[in-house]
Amino acid sequence: MARARHRVVSLAAVGLVLLAACSREAPNVLEPEGPGAKSVASVAYLMFGLATVVYVVVAAFIIIGALRGTKDSRISDNAFIWIGGLVVPTVILAGLAVVTVKTTDTLRKPDADALKIEVTGYRFWWGVKYPEQNVSTANEIRVPAGRPIEIALQSVDVIHSFWVPQLAGKVDMVPGQRNVIRFTADKPGEYRGQCAEFCGLQHAKMALLVVAEEPGEYERWVIRQQRPRGGPGSEREAAGEQVFMRSSCAGCHTVRDTEAQGTLGPDLSDFGSRRTLGAVAVENNKANLAGWIANSQSIKPGNLMPPVTLEPDELLNLLEYLENLR
Amino acid sequence: MTVTEERPPTPEEEHEAIELLWEEAPGAPGFFASVDHKRIGMRYIYTAFIFFFIAGLQALLLRAQLTSPDSQVMGPQTYNQMFTMHGTTMIFLFNTPVLAGFGNYLLPLQLGTRDMAFPRLNAFSYWIFILAAIFMYSSYLVGRPPAGGWFAYVPNANKTYSPGINMDFWGLGVTFVGISTTVGAVNFIVTIFKMRAPGMTLNRMPIFVWSILSMAVMILFAVPALTVGTVLLEADRLFGTQFYEAAGGGSPLLYQHLFWFWGHPEVYILFIPAAGMVSTIVPVFARRRLAGYKWVAASLVGISFISFGVWVHHMFATGLPALAMSFFSAASLIIAIPSGVLFFCLIATIWRGEVEWTVPFLFAIGWFLIFLLGGVTGVMLGVLPFNWQATDSYFIVAHFHYVLNGAVVFPIFGALYYWLPKMTGRMLDEKLGKVSFWIMFVGFNLAFFPMHVLGFLGMPRRIYTYSEGLGWETLNLVVTFGSGLFGLGTLLTLINFFMSKVKGKPAGANPWNADGLEWSTPTSPPPECNFESIPVAAGRHPLWDSEKLEEAESGSDEATRSMGPPGALNRQTPILSGLQSGPEETMDIPEPTYLPFILALGIAVIFMGLLIQAAVVGVLGLAVAAIGITTWLWRTEVDLQ
Repeated sequence: MARARHRVVSLAAVGLVLLAACSREAPNVLEPEGPGAKSVASVAYLMFGLATVVYVVVAAFIIIGALRGTKDSRISDNAFIWIGGLVVPTVILAGLAVVTVKTTDTLRKPDADALKIEVTGYRFWWGVKYPEQNVSTANEIRVPAGRPIEIALQSVDVIHSFWVPQLAGKVDMVPGQRNVIRFTADKPGEYRGQCAEFCGLQHAKMALLVVAEEPGEYERWVIRQQRPRGGPGSEREAAGEQVFMRSSCAGCHTVRDTEAQGTLGPDLSDFGSRRTLGAVAVENNKANLAGWIANSQSIKPGNLMPPVTLEPDELLNLLEYLENLR
Repeated sequence: MTVTEERPPTPEEEHEAIELLWEEAPGAPGFFASVDHKRIGMRYIYTAFIFFFIAGLQALLLRAQLTSPDSQVMGPQTYNQMFTMHGTTMIFLFNTPVLAGFGNYLLPLQLGTRDMAFPRLNAFSYWIFILAAIFMYSSYLVGRPPAGGWFAYVPNANKTYSPGINMDFWGLGVTFVGISTTVGAVNFIVTIFKMRAPGMTLNRMPIFVWSILSMAVMILFAVPALTVGTVLLEADRLFGTQFYEAAGGGSPLLYQHLFWFWGHPEVYILFIPAAGMVSTIVPVFARRRLAGYKWVAASLVGISFISFGVWVHHMFATGLPALAMSFFSAASLIIAIPSGVLFFCLIATIWRGEVEWTVPFLFAIGWFLIFLLGGVTGVMLGVLPFNWQATDSYFIVAHFHYVLNGAVVFPIFGALYYWLPKMTGRMLDEKLGKVSFWIMFVGFNLAFFPMHVLGFLGMPRRIYTYSEGLGWETLNLVVTFGSGLFGLGTLLTLINFFMSKVKGKPAGANPWNADGLEWSTPTSPPPECNFESIPVAAGRHPLWDSEKLEEAESGSDEATRSMGPPGALNRQTPILSGLQSGPEETMDIPEPTYLPFILALGIAVIFMGLLIQAAVVGVLGLAVAAIGITTWLWRTEVDLQ
């Protein structure tokens, strides 16, 4: 009920036509999927409602005042100034101050039970570590739905900002500083996020996914990441591994339990199970991956991965290897 | 030019003598030497408008790129350079100087005096502005415009992540242009306190003067923070210091504090004079005195004080302690109260007036409807949890364009229609003005309102492209269409301006039947000396209080007459001390001189030396500047004898 009423208010505020034009797939602040984001959304609805009323009333005074065309008035100057200028704004603002303090308090409360994750900003991707589980990945953060998450945010280069609109507001990732963001994803699903602080050439394509899974499914992924990696499953994969290890790949990327321990680029240990590549630049499929390896600059100009020149056969083997990293 | 001693000169002879005395050389010599506040003020306005149209063109190109997903109008590098220069231009090269231009032109006229307190400093501040603008734009000539954003956050703007001289154009250019703003502010403050006409006590000062006073005081406190911020940035970049380097024990957030300690007051530095323009225009066309004059003056001053306590709301997501943030959150809400008072004083003025729907008044109404929304979303952004979602999203782009483009540019356009007739002597066309207003108003709202929604749909700022299927396509299309419309509306006013030069109706002395002393000059444009006889302010609306005016004139005979033609005959103007309302002594107005230009040129060469890291050039600039300032100070002694 409350939700329905909120929706009516917001429609009035934001404009029917414009909202209708918005499609469902947008990472919409007003379609929150976690308790923190929900409380912010209700603050937003409250303020949109208030703003609409204030705007309409004040604008009416201006327009009617200008059109009425007479100096006769029962309202004195002082009534306007005291009531409209002082009393009403003070009451509204005092109310908002109370709302601010209350919501802020609930949002910042730490939870002892929270799953701890570390996310580090790089130009232009996200390093993800699960320190308690000793698991590393990149650009996709898997979390169990329903469990509070606490992410420690850092940056190795410039300032980035962590923003997944449906789960929480932003927290900046500042070099030399450790900030914390807390959220819970109520339901399994993919939540798109994006860097929100201008970080250079490819700020636009520094996105991430928070993938909330049923707790059991999440646990299985963690266990798979913790198990020692088996050898290549096919000849092609084995040949691909060779290519990976002796070409420039291994210098920048890590694949756990191998000699590839580079740290300049994203950890590829579970690359085959990721939905996207290049920090949500394109879908993760063979064609895109081949294009990315050959010349990632054509997909995401300015990213720090140089083009890699390979024989067609080598490339096919490498693709096979990468797609099977899980 | 001596007047014969034997017989008292006739008024006609006096008039001719005065005109000759105040006349400035035509052509280039006059151009570079002028110290007349009217010429300097108009130069400021015209120059700033050139940059307005450049920045507008940049905005349209940015919008062209964002019209559709994955579009290829320009690459990320070009986009980043262009949004950096768009923001930098709008703030430093349009909004700030155009308001300084209006202040320069209008202040002496509204105060009833013959020039600014420091006419040569006034010329100097213009030369610094134009040279700093050329300095920044010369980055395009060498193909290296800055790309680190108009806010230049570190570490992204440091030498590691922004190599090359691109960001040095920005860091040095902003430091450079700050000199102009600062000396301009000093000039405004001294002019306001020392040069008011007889009878003009502080509580009779025009509201626009109050707004310029608030602005100037804010500049004096805010700009030093920016200068420190950019100087340390350049020290890090050019000399390898570590002020902002976390690895070297510095702090990237220190930069943000310095930047926003200037940056938030800057919003009000621009907003307050614009509000002063609206508060001048509204009573004239509501045909009644401003309601709550003291409230308006107090709220302008109040806003300028509180604005120094809100800067951290630009940094709510940086991980500061909660207690500190709640203080700034509260201040960000409280600042809405003086704004509310200001707003309702104007509403009361309109409500109890009889409105004449001229173009300046239309722009004032546009200001109301736009600033109201920008103010309301501003309050929202003071609310911490909301801010965490909205900050750095398109919601912010929407909000600050409502405030900085809507609530500043609309009054500036209104002011153009209102005061250009006094400046050029020609009226602008009302019909074309109305068309221009409506296209601007509709275009503005189509361009910026949907951005609020885009922000809530998760679209971050400063992205050069976005992927398909995020639900941002339709609104971005609307935004681009609206921005084109807005641009068209501004062009119509530009056309209107040129047409008025050719066939505009002559304005006469007071075409609007307005109240301020600027309309009491016998002609439009005013004579070079402004007033042959210094006028008397008998009330807050001197020309509407004409009965009282005559009374006062005869009443304070001695004081005014002594400052009349004889003052003008000696290139002098009266000054007063402290809060007194009567003139106490006279000030010599300097002759036209090249010195301000030479000093500014020297300073420009110093900055050039820093930019290209050439000590020889720096020393050369230093030498020119030293010659300039020494001669200037030496000549001051001569002038005083």
